[in-house]
Amino acid sequence: MNERKPAKSGSKMQISDVAPRQAALGRQIQDRIGQQLRAMYNDVMAQGIPDRFTELLKKLDQRNDEDKH
Amino acid sequence: MSSNRTGKGSDRSVRDGILATLPSLRAFAISLSGNVDRADDLVQETLLRALANIDSFEPGTNLPAWLFTILRNLFRSEYRKRRREVEDSDGRFAETLKTHPEQNSHIEFQEFQQALAKLPPDQREALILIGASGFSYEETAEICGCAVGTVKSRVNRARVKLAELLSIEGVDDFGPDQASRAVVAGGSGR
Repeated sequence: MNERKPAKSGSKMQISDVAPRQAALGRQIQDRIGQQLRAMYNDVMAQGIPDRFTELLKKLDQRNDEDKH
Repeated sequence: MSSNRTGKGSDRSVRDGILATLPSLRAFAISLSGNVDRADDLVQETLLRALANIDSFEPGTNLPAWLFTILRNLFRSEYRKRRREVEDSDGRFAETLKTHPEQNSHIEFQEFQQALAKLPPDQREALILIGASGFSYEETAEICGCAVGTVKSRVNRARVKLAELLSIEGVDDFGPDQASRAVVAGGSGR
């Protein structure tokens, strides 16, 4: 099926077919854009919450608790 | 003014909701600004504003969208003030990240980062909210204060622009060499 073109380096685009440049580049790059965007985003998410924010929320909780009395 | 919502009990559940939203909110801030320090300042400012205005949040409505709206507006007003600095994404952020199997290389990732930073902010925010934060077009329209159709066209333009930037600056790096790359780039106008 996929044997028409040598695909050994997988990500290489057929840039020499310049005419339908936009269309040819489109699909593969779009996929990669999506992947990279999510990879970047998920990586930051996986870092968890920096202490400064949990401490900030804790402080605000304490203030609320004090307000109660 | 409806019910006097000083309710500390509901503060708690909202607080937990904020905590749960924080990682994504921070990822949004970093993707948007390309700068970890500035992003964390944005997140902190967002938290303070959110908590100061907690009474204007309707419990049961979309807490993440509310927080993202605050952060987005802060970013946009800051962006107007310090345009040049904000556009200067420094690449330090990329260095703090691990490499993923789906990223071909650290360099490619950095190029992605730089390309993202070149997008106009309205396109960048729409692309991130839709493509990574997982908001719907409707939610994104709400966050960005525009029509759904506007969000769609911004996302499309963002994708096209990124594809252009990356096809010139990224993909060819896996091709033969710089010289043929220049030839291709130069001859692409036919």
